[in-house]
Amino acid sequence: MQRLLKNREILLGLIIVVMIAGFSTRASNFATPGNLATIFNDTSILIILALGQMTVILTKSIDLSVAANLAFTGMAVAMLDAAYPGLPLALLIVIAIGIGAVLGAINGFLVWLLQIPPIVVTLGTLTIYRGMAFVLSGGSWVNAHQMTPDFLGLPRISVMGLPVLSWAAIAIVFLIWFVLTRTPFGRSTYAAGGNPTAAVYAGIDVGRARFLAFVLSGALAGLSGYLWVSRYAVAYVDIAAGFELDSVAANVIGGVSIAGGIGSVTGTVLGALFLGVIKNALPVIGISPFAQMAISGVVIVLAVVFNARAEAKKGRIILRDRAAKESQEVTA
Amino acid sequence: MSAATSQTTTTRRQIPDRLGTPFKRLLASWEVLLFGVAVVIFIANSLASPYFLDAWNLSDATFNFTEKAMIAFAMALLIIAGEIDLSVAAIIALASTAMGYAAQMGIGAPGLVAIGIGTGLACGAFNGILVAGLKLPSIVVTIGTMSLFRGISYIVLGDQAYGKYPADFAFFGQGYVFWVFSLEFVLFLFMAGLFAVLLHATNFGRQVYVIGNNPLAARFSGIPVERVKFILFLLTGLMSGIAAVCLTSRLGSTRPSIAQGWELEVVTMVVLGGVSILGGAGTIAGVVIAAFVMGLVTFGLGLLNVPGIVMSIFIGLLLIVTIALPILGRRIRNARK
Repeated sequence: MQRLLKNREILLGLIIVVMIAGFSTRASNFATPGNLATIFNDTSILIILALGQMTVILTKSIDLSVAANLAFTGMAVAMLDAAYPGLPLALLIVIAIGIGAVLGAINGFLVWLLQIPPIVVTLGTLTIYRGMAFVLSGGSWVNAHQMTPDFLGLPRISVMGLPVLSWAAIAIVFLIWFVLTRTPFGRSTYAAGGNPTAAVYAGIDVGRARFLAFVLSGALAGLSGYLWVSRYAVAYVDIAAGFELDSVAANVIGGVSIAGGIGSVTGTVLGALFLGVIKNALPVIGISPFAQMAISGVVIVLAVVFNARAEAKKGRIILRDRAAKESQEVTA
Repeated sequence: MSAATSQTTTTRRQIPDRLGTPFKRLLASWEVLLFGVAVVIFIANSLASPYFLDAWNLSDATFNFTEKAMIAFAMALLIIAGEIDLSVAAIIALASTAMGYAAQMGIGAPGLVAIGIGTGLACGAFNGILVAGLKLPSIVVTIGTMSLFRGISYIVLGDQAYGKYPADFAFFGQGYVFWVFSLEFVLFLFMAGLFAVLLHATNFGRQVYVIGNNPLAARFSGIPVERVKFILFLLTGLMSGIAAVCLTSRLGSTRPSIAQGWELEVVTMVVLGGVSILGGAGTIAGVVIAAFVMGLVTFGLGLLNVPGIVMSIFIGLLLIVTIALPILGRRIRNARK
């Protein structure tokens, strides 16, 4: 039993169940299957982004440009759809993933070949990509009536009781699970973050693993760009502003180590759902939606403290500053 | 950083056999290069716009960077010591909200300044406890506190704004000490001097460099690593508080979105000033020149009617290019050997 409680995923799952039970005492229909499905659907885009972010974090990097990437890609496909209504939807989705992957590749390229710290690269590209969204659109909006019904309708089509948006998230969850646990690339991301020096000696190209992780994260951000724009039926420069922090928060809450090499797909998905449940519960329990940002902040800080405790126990500390030094390398 | 960089770490710490003449070294230094860039931008600006070369216009232009630069001085020390604080803009938001709340209560200008600076110090101490006390990675901690501090502003203000500040409070952001020299600009120069002395002429400054270069060696040398880091976070909070006083006084109003995105501009300023993002190297003089460069660029673009969000593209590019150039340069030099 005690070992069960120490398992991060199970503990987090229990916390979410307790939270849902608690909220349903305030609003009786909170725990109904229909409402839970709505929460999952609302969290789908965060799950997709967080899984891309997770792949990057596993390699001891961070991608702060995902939300800006989403905004640019979303704007680009929305404008394409508005300008050329005849373009097939499948092509637009491929274009979205493609643009996202290219933006991700730019991050990965700078990190891999120029060895610029990922935090600096993605802080820079964060503003650049969002600025590009402004340049592309001239600051104007693409509204629902300008987009084709097919473009807007896809995420809403119900298949076996769940909207396509939810199915997309489920498919991505399995895809990333497969990639991370069943492919050489997936193993190399864990190795590149867990012990980069050992990874190099084991014949793993750490830089290449990071590059591919950024491309994957970018591609998923691109896909999210289409999903976001079609779901909310509007595209403007500031969509998903600050969402990169949510994607990092989902990982930190899910037990992914910011120092790289530790983390599971289940944990990240639960981390995202944790945030999703809180986001949906706030209005139900009568807390202003303005409180959400502060709550995310508290949760991130608590999760970091909690993670540090969990990770510290794993190894014998020979010299106390080791941990601090490693964390610094992440900062750098 | 790690294995990918392990090939370069040897070159990064390489010590050349001969240093060259002092004059040659000065010419090749980042600060002199940057100063050249500043001069070029200054000339380009004065050619591009007839309104640029005006004492009062230039004085207005300094407001573009004085507040950010004051935070950048403290941030420079923090980055040299190998840490980072991404919550500085959120600290401004929280401090400004606290001041606005107090002003609503009828507290006078001196009290407001104390509250603004006090809030900054408290936020800095909070970051410091988490990073130095609990030994957590500063990057995630300050991403979290960034969300927390600004989140509290949103809880207090929501979509409202504070706009009623006492008349004498306006002096801090709008007052002039002498002719075109604003209080903010004089404060900026004073802080530049203060931080230059702190970093380059005191024991504390040496300790900051040592911690950034080799935290392990710093500990073995008996340097109180945690205490130094805590003080640095406190200093960053203090400077953010002072910046909040200046900015709030200058704008005369507070919204929760105040100073949004400034953390990026502050970090860009520090890195542009030649401070190594990996820690252990950098000067205050570089940051001062970088502040002027960024101020001149944004002011010049503003005179040419370039929208703010397009300027942010330039800032982002500036950040990446200034970090990439020395790396590329080093690689080309190494390839030639």
